[in-house]
Amino acid sequence: MITAGIDMGSKTIKVVVLRNGRIIGKAMILAGFESQQAAEQAFATALEEAGITGEEVERTAATGAGRKYAPRTQQAISEVAGDARGVHKLYPNARTVIDVGAEEGRAIRCNEKGKVLDFALNEKCAAGAGAFTEAMSRALEVKIEDLGPMSLTSENAIPMNAQCAVFAESEVVSLLHQKTPKEDIARAVHDAIASRIVSLARKVGFEPEVVLIGGVAQNKGFVDSLQRALECQVMVPEDPEYIGAFGAALAATEG
Amino acid sequence: MATKQIYETKPLACWNRAKEIRKNYYLDYAKAHESGGIRWAGGAWTFSAIPCGLGDDVYSISSEPYAASIAANREFSTRCLEATERAGYARDLCSYMRNYWGSLILDEYLWGGPFPRPDFIWQDHICCSHAKWYQVVCDLEPGIPNFCIDVAVGPAGEINDNKLDYLVGQMQDGIEWMEEVTGRTYEDEKLIEAVDNECRATSLWAEICCLNKAVPAPLEEKTMYSLYVLGTLMKHSKVVADFYAELRDEVRERVENQIAAIPNERCRLMSDTQPPWGFLNLFRYLADYGAVSVGSLYTFGLIGMWEVKPDDTWGPRTTPRERGIEIKDRNQALRVLAEWNLNKPQWQHFYSPHLKTDLMLRIAKEWSLDGVMLHYNRGCEGLSVGIAENRLGLIEGGFPVMTFEGNMGDEREFDLARTHVRVDTFMETLGLKKDDAGSEPSEQTHRARVCT
Repeated sequence: MITAGIDMGSKTIKVVVLRNGRIIGKAMILAGFESQQAAEQAFATALEEAGITGEEVERTAATGAGRKYAPRTQQAISEVAGDARGVHKLYPNARTVIDVGAEEGRAIRCNEKGKVLDFALNEKCAAGAGAFTEAMSRALEVKIEDLGPMSLTSENAIPMNAQCAVFAESEVVSLLHQKTPKEDIARAVHDAIASRIVSLARKVGFEPEVVLIGGVAQNKGFVDSLQRALECQVMVPEDPEYIGAFGAALAATEG
Repeated sequence: MATKQIYETKPLACWNRAKEIRKNYYLDYAKAHESGGIRWAGGAWTFSAIPCGLGDDVYSISSEPYAASIAANREFSTRCLEATERAGYARDLCSYMRNYWGSLILDEYLWGGPFPRPDFIWQDHICCSHAKWYQVVCDLEPGIPNFCIDVAVGPAGEINDNKLDYLVGQMQDGIEWMEEVTGRTYEDEKLIEAVDNECRATSLWAEICCLNKAVPAPLEEKTMYSLYVLGTLMKHSKVVADFYAELRDEVRERVENQIAAIPNERCRLMSDTQPPWGFLNLFRYLADYGAVSVGSLYTFGLIGMWEVKPDDTWGPRTTPRERGIEIKDRNQALRVLAEWNLNKPQWQHFYSPHLKTDLMLRIAKEWSLDGVMLHYNRGCEGLSVGIAENRLGLIEGGFPVMTFEGNMGDEREFDLARTHVRVDTFMETLGLKKDDAGSEPSEQTHRARVCT
């Protein structure tokens, strides 16, 4: 059976195509203002990679903030359900899922069957999400992909007290003026996000195994900060930003 | 979770009477001076039976419900909040207080005309905003006499004679003070009648809430907000006590005939604290999933008076009259009133969140709930205090809990779209889908709601 999952994220759209539960194609593109058009484009790219036509896809499910507007779909599931399903398939022993995307951070506690027992989402501030790291990399004049490796070289923990992304940016600027090394500031940024995310994880009563997904999971500096804050190992799948779409595709398989 | 049965629904016959009582309340207050009457202001929890001894032409404005009414009018509320902020008051204070002050500062009454200045203030104090509320009113409107009774003497389980003496002493002083500031002679018979009415009204409201244990629930919480509010306006009045008796009979009939609040009830929830008043359609959104909020400790226990019955279930508090007690004098009336109010469920969490958790768990079990929706209400420190602790207790008790952030009286702090996302996710975790809730759920549930 061939199914597809579309994750209509706030910044990027991800599509995963499955044949009998195995990934045969995937694609990710920026959502932009024309998200339906972008989704069609991502869909086409994923189909091309899979080497199949759209007609061969029997069922498609959508997830993500814009799931109501996803094309070609027969069902929609929440981001929490998509994440939990995708992670459970890859890590059956996972009990806590942490998803840090561009605009939202969330923590999910699951049982041994992957059923969601509790979830927590970040509130009205972006300081616990990927957009925050992007803003901070701009303030530091560092490429976003360099922020993680840079922070790993830091040996100094600097507390960042910022309560929101905007205040944090002014705090970063102050630290730069105080000639604080950029690697220390980079670590402080990751520690700050980790601290916010850990409070979400504690809210749902996290327990190992912990799996981190979402685009920010690609940031090794953040993973390091999160592991220190949680005081436990955090597993990151190979393509962490595709897990929601993967979960949706699995949901489509199950109907 | 229940099956896909579709129940009959119909509007409440006494709905228009409830609306009329509420409207008359606000208009009577505004017009009181036209016939030589007295106006006083105070909170929903104040001992409103006591000013009744000043005569039959004494009218009150109950501050929290008035502020909630403002909040439901988002355009006026925003102007009130901004006026208060311009006057220098912080945005993170109680949002009821800020709406009320704004109405005063703008000199605009929600029901038309300028804000009717009270002749005196009669307040009680248990939450940190209560006394401050009217201290600021006196700053804004100098010269209004203000009397405040401290009721924070400890939880219901620790009531003793000393605590009652402390309250009754303040009440006695208050009556002398009222006579002084109004120039009227106090009539104890009217006080006794008002205390009787209050006990009857608040016990009847609990009885009505008990009827919601039935499946399907005859009432949903959005409707209950419009009914319980009468008790917050004038729990001391015969009008409200009689109305609650009429409502109790009608709700009982609904239970007997399986008349439901929503036709597609499949999931029973409760909320907590005041809702975001400008966005009550959130409760209608639940119905699209076949979910009904059957009440909350807030709706049941803000004015409802309860007791544990011999079979260990929660039921309406037995009134002094039902216990064969006849109130004969002022001191006895005040003592009954003090003891009655100190047992108020919504006063207990001020002493420990665990007391509230116990009550919430009781509701969750006895009202057969499938989940709980907690409003992290940034507009009310008093009722939100300890709510995260309550969440943990409910989860430990086996009840799924969803939280959402908001503010009862400040629409700028509530995000409807994100709250819908949370509800969608929560419903999904409870195994509910919109398309499972019955045919054309949205149209059907909205058309068949209890009130119009």
